[in-house]
Amino acid sequence: MNTEASTLKDLDAVRSMIKRHKLNDYLFGAVGLSFIILILLTLLVLFIDLIMDGYPKLMSWDFFSSFPSRRAANAGLLSALVGSALVMIITFVSAVPMGVAAAIYLEEYAKKNWLSEVIEVNVTNLAAVPSIIYGLLALGLFVYILDFGTSILTAGLTLGLLILPVVIVATREAIRGIPVAIREAAYAVGATKWQVVSQHVVRYATGGILTGVIIGMARAIGETAPVITIGALTFIAFLPPSPVTTSAPFLNFDWLWSGFTVLPIQMFSWLSRPGADFHVNAAAAGAVIIVVTLLMNGIAIKMRYNIRKKIKWQ
Amino acid sequence: MQFKLVQTLSVAAVVAAAFSSPTAFAADKIVKIDGSSTVYPVTEAVAEEFQKATKTKVTVGISGTGGGFKKFCRGETDISGASRPILQKELDDCKANGIQFIELPVAFDALTVVINPKNDFAKKMTVAELKKMWEPAAQGKVKTWKQVNPAWPDRPLKLFGAGADSGTFDYFTEAIVGKSKSSRGDFTASEDDNVLVRGVAGDTDALGFFGYAYYEENKNSLNAVAIIEKEGKPAVLPSKQSIEDGSYQPLARPIFIYVNATSGAFKPHVKAFVDFYLKESRPLIEEVKYVPLPAKDQAAVVAHWKALKPGTGFGGHAEVGVKIEDLLSRIK
Repeated sequence: MNTEASTLKDLDAVRSMIKRHKLNDYLFGAVGLSFIILILLTLLVLFIDLIMDGYPKLMSWDFFSSFPSRRAANAGLLSALVGSALVMIITFVSAVPMGVAAAIYLEEYAKKNWLSEVIEVNVTNLAAVPSIIYGLLALGLFVYILDFGTSILTAGLTLGLLILPVVIVATREAIRGIPVAIREAAYAVGATKWQVVSQHVVRYATGGILTGVIIGMARAIGETAPVITIGALTFIAFLPPSPVTTSAPFLNFDWLWSGFTVLPIQMFSWLSRPGADFHVNAAAAGAVIIVVTLLMNGIAIKMRYNIRKKIKWQ
Repeated sequence: MQFKLVQTLSVAAVVAAAFSSPTAFAADKIVKIDGSSTVYPVTEAVAEEFQKATKTKVTVGISGTGGGFKKFCRGETDISGASRPILQKELDDCKANGIQFIELPVAFDALTVVINPKNDFAKKMTVAELKKMWEPAAQGKVKTWKQVNPAWPDRPLKLFGAGADSGTFDYFTEAIVGKSKSSRGDFTASEDDNVLVRGVAGDTDALGFFGYAYYEENKNSLNAVAIIEKEGKPAVLPSKQSIEDGSYQPLARPIFIYVNATSGAFKPHVKAFVDFYLKESRPLIEEVKYVPLPAKDQAAVVAHWKALKPGTGFGGHAEVGVKIEDLLSRIK
């Protein structure tokens, strides 16, 4: 009787504890959810505001196929769109192979000593350096010392440098996420280090690497400060020479040396105009930048999903 | 020599195989322009029309007057827009690099002092009153309108002005305080004039200054202040008329383009562009809300251009209220 009563009492205590903890769980979930909603709402309101302000422009094809103009009605995004796309190609080509290779080296090959510690801390710090610093570095290095001028090549390399730490950090995180068992299994059947790294570690980490790359690229496409520092143009009413030609060798690299403008600079220049009609263009350009960024992120998520689906062990 | 090697190696490293020379693009006929954001609207309009008319490519950047001169004196640009004359340091840079230039005033801008439309007591002001508000000695002391003029109410005075890096700031301080870049520091400063427009439009006690085009576009939410140059002179509002006849003083300022005319580097398509600029820009200048030079001055500028006389009429320092004719005749 006595023991039964105390057991019941204990049970009640446990039940109320569980109840309390569940309530805590629930409360934390609610707080977290409301923060997410707040963040998303802010973004959504900004985005909708931009779209509403820029609506008349976003609905006209001319806006995407015209060059800048002093008249807001004729001014379009064409040179900025092409400029951004070409700059992004250089950024991708320069930052991704180097960043991934550096991360693999640091993670798989480098000896863990004070030097690698220093490098690790510095790479992480570099990711947090304000972008204008990269602009100043690029102005000195690419524009003046290497004499690349204010070209697409310079801009692409500058933004490449800017996202290099992001790519390195993300790749290292992705590589660290691969279970040790996978490596050990590969070594056990006689694979060399290079085989383990290239056929297993990097392959399985591709999803995470891609996420890092796209986050970096999405950051690069919205950057204004470093591109202004190296001297991007504001009015450019022609396109760089085409990368593809009709005669042999079918590839043309003159565009690397061309002057350029990019989306955020075009938006910035429209925003600082006196006329209110230019602010419509600026809003539309802002909406385009957000859509491009979202698209890039969407592609990253889709690719990551597809890659993860193919990996058997997960 | 070592730089050349580094350059070659890195080019080779960056883009490996099939590669044409970097000069291929430069050889293309392009008029490269950079410089002041104040001159930009005019130059952009001319560039747009010139490119339509001749198919010659033109690029325009905004690096500011100082940033523009840096590139110009390194020989990187053909033309530089400037909202103030070239300074001694920049002259030295150009000289060191052997760059000769022709200085051409192209239009007038009126720095406009603006107040909130609800402000009904300060519709005109003397330069002395403006100086009282803006001089460095006013910092932390002159805080109300009454302190500037006893006839005005005892309300807080809130100041909005151009950021210290702009040619507009340089000119305003030179014209009002008497010394370039000399100003109180406790005011709301912004390089973006739209921020100043919103600031003054939203505050009854505010006063600000910026280029005429920003006032013109925001006439409904701002009032311009009529400026009295000296005691005894009439109060003058900024307008096309008052700038042309020279009565809007001292805040009417000429804006310039500087053309690289170094012998051997003086390209025919750049010359054609400047010809076009001087000939066709009048309606374009009005369209972007600046004031064209009076016909007489315009003729003097064209003659000056035809004579291709290099050099500056300012001698390397800023000056307020110089007549265009006097300016050009100083260049020997």
